[in-house]
Amino acid sequence: MDPRLRQMQRRWTDCRNSLFREGILDDMFMELQELQDERNPDFIVETVALFFTNSENLIRDLYSELAQQNVGFRRVDARIHQLKGSSSSIGAKRVTNACIAFRDFCRARNLTECLRCLQQLKEELLLVKSKLETLFELENQLVAAGGSIPRVQRSF
Amino acid sequence: MGVKMQQSHHLVAVKLNEQVGTKRGYTFIQSNRAWLPKFLVLSVVVVAFSSMSIYNSMDADIKVRRKDGLVSMCDQRARMLKDQFSVSVNHVHALAILVSTFHYYKNPSAIDQETFAEYTARTAFERPLLSGVAYAERVINSEREKFEEQHGWTIKTMERQPSPVRDEYAPVIFSQETVSYIESLDMMSGEEDRENILRARATGKAVLTSPFRLLGSHHLGVVLTFPVYKSKLPPNPTVEERIKATAGYLGGAFDVESLVENLLGQLDGNQAILVNVYDVTNSSEPLVMYGHQYQEGDTSLLHESKLDFGDPFRKHQMICRYHHKAPPSWTALTTAFLFFVIGLLVGYILYGAATHIVKVEDGFHEMQELKGRAEAADVAKSQFLATVSHEIRTPMNGILGMLALLLDTELSFTQRDYAQTAQICGKALIALINEVLDRAKIEAGKLELETVSFDIRSILDDVLSLFSEESRHKVKLAVFVSDKVPEIVMGDPGRFRQIITNLVGNSVKFTEKGHIFVKVHLADQLKGAPNAHTKTCLNGRPEEDILISGGSQFETLSGCEVADERNSRDTFNLLIAEDLFNSVDSKMTTNEASENVTVMVSVEDTGIGIPLRAQDRVFMPFMQADSSTSRTYGGTGIGLSISKCLVELMGGHINFISRPQIGSTFSFTAVFGRCKKLVFANVKRPTFKDLPSGFKGLKAVVVDGKPVRAAVTRYHLNRLGIHVEVASSINRAAAMCGKKGSLTAGYRHPDLILVEKDTWMSSIDNCISSTVTDWKQNGNLIQFPKILLASKLSASELEKAKASGFADTVIMKPVRASMLAACLQQVLGIGRKKQPQKDMHMRNGSSALESLLYGKKILVVDDNKVNRRVAAGALKKFGANVECAESGNAALELLQLPHDFDACFMDIQMPEMDGFEATRQIRLMESQVNEQMKSESAVEIMKGGEWHTPILAMTADVIHATYDECLKCGMDGYVSKPFDEENLYQAVAKFFRTKPV
Repeated sequence: MDPRLRQMQRRWTDCRNSLFREGILDDMFMELQELQDERNPDFIVETVALFFTNSENLIRDLYSELAQQNVGFRRVDARIHQLKGSSSSIGAKRVTNACIAFRDFCRARNLTECLRCLQQLKEELLLVKSKLETLFELENQLVAAGGSIPRVQRSF
Repeated sequence: MGVKMQQSHHLVAVKLNEQVGTKRGYTFIQSNRAWLPKFLVLSVVVVAFSSMSIYNSMDADIKVRRKDGLVSMCDQRARMLKDQFSVSVNHVHALAILVSTFHYYKNPSAIDQETFAEYTARTAFERPLLSGVAYAERVINSEREKFEEQHGWTIKTMERQPSPVRDEYAPVIFSQETVSYIESLDMMSGEEDRENILRARATGKAVLTSPFRLLGSHHLGVVLTFPVYKSKLPPNPTVEERIKATAGYLGGAFDVESLVENLLGQLDGNQAILVNVYDVTNSSEPLVMYGHQYQEGDTSLLHESKLDFGDPFRKHQMICRYHHKAPPSWTALTTAFLFFVIGLLVGYILYGAATHIVKVEDGFHEMQELKGRAEAADVAKSQFLATVSHEIRTPMNGILGMLALLLDTELSFTQRDYAQTAQICGKALIALINEVLDRAKIEAGKLELETVSFDIRSILDDVLSLFSEESRHKVKLAVFVSDKVPEIVMGDPGRFRQIITNLVGNSVKFTEKGHIFVKVHLADQLKGAPNAHTKTCLNGRPEEDILISGGSQFETLSGCEVADERNSRDTFNLLIAEDLFNSVDSKMTTNEASENVTVMVSVEDTGIGIPLRAQDRVFMPFMQADSSTSRTYGGTGIGLSISKCLVELMGGHINFISRPQIGSTFSFTAVFGRCKKLVFANVKRPTFKDLPSGFKGLKAVVVDGKPVRAAVTRYHLNRLGIHVEVASSINRAAAMCGKKGSLTAGYRHPDLILVEKDTWMSSIDNCISSTVTDWKQNGNLIQFPKILLASKLSASELEKAKASGFADTVIMKPVRASMLAACLQQVLGIGRKKQPQKDMHMRNGSSALESLLYGKKILVVDDNKVNRRVAAGALKKFGANVECAESGNAALELLQLPHDFDACFMDIQMPEMDGFEATRQIRLMESQVNEQMKSESAVEIMKGGEWHTPILAMTADVIHATYDECLKCGMDGYVSKPFDEENLYQAVAKFFRTKPV
C-alpha cells in the first residue's frame, strides 16, 4: 500500500480513537457507522450534519429563553430533552452528559447554573463538531486519494 | 446507560428520603413519653386525694347521723324532764291554792300542821321530784311577837339561831314530814330563799332558786317557791297589790340530781350519753345542776337543749354528750382503702400499658428503620449487581465481537468449532450474569417465565459445549435425549438452560473421574420402565454378557458406580429399549393429544457426592456442604436454590439422590407446552445451531463395547439423520459388514464407521492387524471414512491411529451433534462450500432480523430529527421500508385506516401528544373500525382478521414501570434507545412471527 495512504489511514485512526478515548463519542456512534452501507453511503455525514443544525437551533433557542425576564423552565427542559435525545442517538456522550447536568439544574430552576451549563453545552458541541469535521475531512481525503477507510475496530 | 443509571440513583435517593420521612410518625403516647412517670405520680396523688375525700364524706355522713341521734336523745330527755317538772310545779301550785283556801279563807283555819303533813304525805306520789314541801307565813316584824306567842316558838334563822330583827320574816309553819326539820326556820334568812320569796310574791308565779346543796340530803337541788295570797287579787294586779296581798309562801325542794337520775334510768341509751344540766341564768357562769363538770366524755360533739321550768328569770339548759368518742368508721375506711388500691392498680396498669406501647412503638420504629436500611441495602445490592454486570458485559461484547469477526475469516473446521464454542461460552457467560440478576428477581418474586418455542436438544448441546473443555480431561460428558421428547416445545429456554447449566456445572466441579450424563425423557416414559426392564432381560442378553465379561463394571456411561442405580438402570434399559424398538414405536408412542409434555431431566455424575448431613440443605441459598467445599471448589451456592425456584416455576420438582464418594444424580421435571406442528416452521429461529441436513440417509456403524455410550453416540448421529447400527467390537462390525456386504445384495454398506477409542485400544494389540488386513482385502471397505471417538488422546496415540490408516479423523469427546457434523463435513466433503457462506449469513442473527423486517413498511414517530434519522437508518439497514412522522398527530394521520404499515415505532416523550396518547388514539381508531367491520359482514375479514398495528415504544429509560405503562396504553413492546440489534430483534420477533410470512 502507498505509504502516504497508510499514513493517512493512521491519522484517521488516531483521530477516531481520540474521539472515543476522550469520551466525546461512545458505542452508539459505532452502531451508527454500522448502519452506513452502500445503499446509504452518506448516512453518517448527513445524520451528523442534521444533528448540528438541529442543535444550533436549539442552543439559540435556549439562549433566548434564558435571557428572558421570566424564564420558561418547562420550555427549556423540553429543548434540553430534545438535545439529549439526539445527542445520545448520535453517540455524542459528553454532550449528553452536559444535557443531563443542565436538565438537573433546569429542574432545580437554578438560572445561574443553567447559564453555565448552557455555556458548557455549547463548548461541548463545538468540540465534537470540530473533531467530527476533522474526522470527515480526513475521511474525504482518504477516499479521494483512493484509499479505503480502515475497518472499524472496537477498542475496549 | 448513563442516563438510566442516573435515574435509578435518583430513585434510590427518593426512596430513602421517603423512608426517612415516614419514620417519624410518632403517636401521642410516644411524643409524651417523658411525662409518663409524672403521670403515674400524679395519678397516685389524685387517687389518694379522692380516696381521702371519699373517706371524709362517708365519715361526715356518719357524724351527722351520730349528731342527729344525740340531738334527738337530748331533746327527748329535756322534754321529759320538763314535763315531769311542770307536773310537780302544777301540784305545788294546787297545794298553794289549797293552803290559801283552807288556811286563810276559813276562819278558824281548817289546816294545822298535822293536817298539812297528813295531806302532803298522802299526795307525795303526785310530786315525785320534790323531796318535800313546806309553807312559810309572811310575818312582819311588828307582828313577830304576837306570832311567836301564838305558835309558842321563836323564829329561827337557817343556822337555827333565834332570828335577828328584820322587816319581815317567813317562818315555816306547815311542813311535810320529810322536811319537818325546817319548821320554824325563817326562809328569808337564807339568801337564796329570800330572793326567791321576793321574786315569787312580786310575780305571783312559781320561781326557782339557783342550784345549791339541799339541807339534809346534800344533793344538788333547787327550791321552788309559790306565793300564797290572803285575798283574791284583782285581775292584772300591780306588784304592790301582790306584795300587800301576800300571806305566805309555799316552797318545795327539787332534788334535781335524783330527779334526773330517775328520769334517765327510765330511758334506753342511758349508757351511751352523758347528760349535764346547768343553770345558765348568769350566762358567764353556768351552775351545775346535774352531772359532773369534768366527767370524761366525747368533748368533740355535744348538744344543748333548752329547759323551760316555767320560771322566766331562770334559764336552764341540758348538755348531752356521748360517753365514748365515735369509733373509727370501718366501712368508710375500707371503702376508701379499696378505692385507693383499685385506683393505684388502674393507674399502674395504665402506666404499664403506656410504657409497653412506647416500647412496642420504639421497637416498631427500630424495625422500620432497619427495614428501610435493609431495603436500601437491597436496592444498593441490585445497583451493584447491575453496575458490575454492566461492567462485565462491556468487555464481553468485545470478546464476542472479536469472535464474530474471527468466524468471518477462513477457518478450519476444528478452528471454527472452537471459535463457535468460545462464542457460545461467551454468550452463556453473559446469560449467567443475567442469571445472577435473576436471583434478585426471584427473591422479589418478579421473575416471569417466557413461553417461546425452543429446541431442548440444541440447548443441551450448548450446555455440553460450555463444559466440554473443562471436563474433557477428567470425565466423560454425554447427553442423551429420548426420541419421544418432542423436538420443539414451548417454554422458557433461557431458564431451562440455566437449570441444566447449573446442575452440570456442579457435577463438573465435583467430579474427578467417571462421567456426567445428562438424560432427558418424558416423565411418562419412566413410569413404564419396569416393563422395559423385563423386555431387555429377555432381549438384551448379548449385551449383558459382554458387560459381565468386561469385569466388575457397572452398566453406566463410564462404568463407574452411580448414586441412583435404579434410575440409571431404568434409563439404561430405556436406551436399550429404544435401540431395539427404535423404528417401531419411537414416534408412535408420544401422546400427541395432550397439551403439555412433562420432561424429566436427570444429571448423573460420579463425583464426590453430597455428605449425608448436608443433603437436607442443598437447596438453601448460599449453602454449601461445608465451608471447605467453597474453598476447594469455589462458587456461591446460589445456583441450586435458583434452580429449585425455576423448576417450581416450570411446574416441576427437583430432587436428588447422592451417595458420598459414589456420586449424585439430580433429576427434575418440567412442564412444557407442546408445540403445534404447523407453527414450527415459522417459529424456529434460524441460528447457527441448526444442524446441517446434508447427512440425511447416511448409514453408520458405531463400534462400542458399552451400550450406554453407544446409545449416546447413536443419539447424536440420529439427530443428523444418520442411520446407526451398533457393534460391540471391531470384529463384530467387520463381520457384520463383511457378511452382509457379501451376502445380501440389497444391503447398503455403511458410509462411515465410528470407533470408540477404548474399544479400539483394547482390540489394537490382538486383532488390529488382522482386522485391517481383513478390511484391506475387502477392498471397498477401506474407503469408508473411519472416525475415532476419544475423550483424550495423546499425540503418540493419534499418530498411531493415523499411521495404521485406521482413523481418518478423530472426534474429541464429548460428542455433540454440531461437532460431529463439522467433522463429518470435513471427512465426507459434504456442504463444504455452502457452510462458510451460511455462517456468514447467520452471523449475529442480523440476517434473521433482515428476514423479519425485509420489505416491511414501518412508521417511525419521533419529534427529534436526529433520532428519527437514526432509527430510520437502523430499520432501513434490515431492508425495511421506513416512513417518518414527527409528531403524534402526524402519526395518527398516516395511520388512518386502511393503511399498509406493518409496524410503528413510537417515541414516548413528544411535545403536544406523547407516545402513550397517540397509541391510545390509534387503538381507539382501530377498535372502531374493527367493530364496524364486524357489523358489516363477516366475509370480508382482513388478512390479520382485525386491525392491530404493532406499536413499539422507543424509550431511553427501561424502567419496569415505563414498560407497564406501554402495555397499558396498547403498545406491543418497547425498544430501548439507542437501538441495538439484539434488542430490536427480540422486540420485532415477538409480533412478526405470529403472522405467517
